[in-house]
Amino acid sequence: MQYLALVYYSEAKMAELSTDDWDALNRECIACGENLSAAGQMLDGRPLMPVETATTVRVRDGKVTVTDGPFAETREQLAGFYLLEARDLNQAIQLAGKIPPARYGSVEVRPVRELKSDGNDHYR
Amino acid sequence: MRTDIERLYQQENRRVLATLIRLLGDFDLAEEALHEAFMAALKQWPEDGIPDNPRAWLVSAGRFKAIDQLRRRNRHRDAVDELTIQSLIEQDAEPEVDDHSIDDDPLRLIFTCCHPALARSAQLALTLREVCGLRTEEVARAFLTKTPTIAQRIVRAKTKIRDAGIPYEVPERHELAERLESVLAVVYLLFNEGYAPSDGDALTRPDLAEEAIRLGRMLAALLPEPEVLGLLALMLLHHSRRPARSDATGELVRLQDQDRSLWDQLLIAEGCALVPRALTPGGIGPYGLQAAIAALHAEARTFAETDWAQILGLYEALLQLTPSPIIALNRAVALGMSQGAAAGLAAVDALLNDPTLQHYHLTFAARADFCRQLGQVEHARVAYQQALTLTSLAPEQRFLQRQLQTLG
Repeated sequence: MQYLALVYYSEAKMAELSTDDWDALNRECIACGENLSAAGQMLDGRPLMPVETATTVRVRDGKVTVTDGPFAETREQLAGFYLLEARDLNQAIQLAGKIPPARYGSVEVRPVRELKSDGNDHYR
Repeated sequence: MRTDIERLYQQENRRVLATLIRLLGDFDLAEEALHEAFMAALKQWPEDGIPDNPRAWLVSAGRFKAIDQLRRRNRHRDAVDELTIQSLIEQDAEPEVDDHSIDDDPLRLIFTCCHPALARSAQLALTLREVCGLRTEEVARAFLTKTPTIAQRIVRAKTKIRDAGIPYEVPERHELAERLESVLAVVYLLFNEGYAPSDGDALTRPDLAEEAIRLGRMLAALLPEPEVLGLLALMLLHHSRRPARSDATGELVRLQDQDRSLWDQLLIAEGCALVPRALTPGGIGPYGLQAAIAALHAEARTFAETDWAQILGLYEALLQLTPSPIIALNRAVALGMSQGAAAGLAAVDALLNDPTLQHYHLTFAARADFCRQLGQVEHARVAYQQALTLTSLAPEQRFLQRQLQTLG
C-alpha cells in the first residue's frame, strides 16, 4: 500500500515561532525525510510556500479559468496530487489545466519551497 | 535645468521601471534603483549635460545602484547570494537597452500586474501603482480606501508575483486573447471608477478616467489588437461627453438633454476613427461593439437624429456575444427608441423577472420614461419611486426626484 500524508498547520501560528525555532523545525523535517527515505518508506515529499501564493485552476466548457487564492470548497474533497515541474506559474497553470478532474472540481497550484538548515525565515 | 530633468523623468520613469523590473527580477529593488538613479541624474546631469539617451542612462544607473544595494544587503545578511550579483554584472555587457526587448517592457509590466492569478482588487491597485506611477496614498484615495489597506494589498501582490513564479512576459499568441481580457477589464474598471464613482461625491480623487485613457493609448500603440482599439475608442467617446454630463451646479444631465456643443470633438474624432479598426472581421468583441454604439451617439447632431435602428442591431450583436442583464436592458431601451414607447415598455417589462434587473434603478427609470411617454403618469410615478429606493448615488437620487416633480 502507498499512503499520502498531508500536512496542515496554521500559518499564523507558525509565524509566531522565532527564527531559530523555525529553522530548527525545518532541520528536523530534513532529518525526518532522510531517515524515512533511507528506510525506503518515504517516496517523495515537499513543503509548500504559504497559502498566499496559491492559485486555483478550473476547466469548464474547455476554458481554463484562473483565480487568486486557495481552493476552499468544503463540498469537495482532496482526491490526489501531482508534483509538477514547470518553468513558471503560467506553465504550471497550463499543466494543471490538463489534469482531467480540473473539469469537475478544482486544482490548487502552490509552489514548492526548499527545506534549508537555516535562513528559512521568509517562507511562512 | 532641474525642471528639464524632472520633465524627462516624468516622461521616462515608468518605462525605466518596467525595464529595471525585467533586469532585476524584483519590483521593490527596481523601485529603489529607479529612485536612486533619478537622484544621481539630478546631481550629474547639471554638470555633464543631459545624456543623448536619458532612458538608457537611467536604466544603466539604476542597475549599478541595484548592484550596490545587493552588495550592501549581502554584507548585513548572507541571504543574497553572490550569484545574483554576478549575473547582474554580466548582464551589463549585453546591450539590452538597445534591443527590441526594451520596447515590450511596459507591456510585460501591465500583463504581470493584471495576471489572472492575482485578485482583481490587487490587479487594479498594482496597475495604478506600478504602471501609472500613482503614489500609494493616491491609489487609496482613488478607491476611497485607507492607505495601509492598499499598501498591504500591493505588498501581497508583489510577494505572490515573486513566490508563485508569475513570469514577467508578454503572453504568447495562443494565450494572448485570454490574458488580454484581464488587462482590458482592469483598464475599463479604472475608467468607470473615474467616470462614475460608485459612491458619494469625491472631487479630490485622482482622475482615473484620464489614467485609464493613458493606459489605453499605450496599449493601442504597443499591441493594436481590435479589442484594444475598441476599448480605447469606447473610453474616448464616453470621455468626450464628460463636460456635458453635469450642469453648472453639478447635477446629472441625461444624454437626451445634453448640450452637444460641449462634447469634445477632438476626442470624438479620435474615437470614431478607431471604430472601423476595432470592428475587424474575426476580431469583433464587446468593446468594439460598445464603441460603435458610442460612436453613433457621438455622430448624431441631435438626440432625435440618433440612428436607433443601428444601435438596436449593435446591442443585439452584443447580447449574443456576451449575454448580460444590463445589455438586455439597453437593448430594450434601444428597441423602444426605434419602434416606439409601447414596444419599449413591453421589452422592459419582459425583463422584470431578472434578479439583477429587479434591483437595478435604471430598469425602473427606463420603465418610468416609457410609461410617461404613453401618458401613464401613475405608473411612471411608481416606477420612478422604485428607482429612487435602488440607488445610493446622490446625483442619481436628485435626478430621479426632479423627474418625479415634473410628473406633477
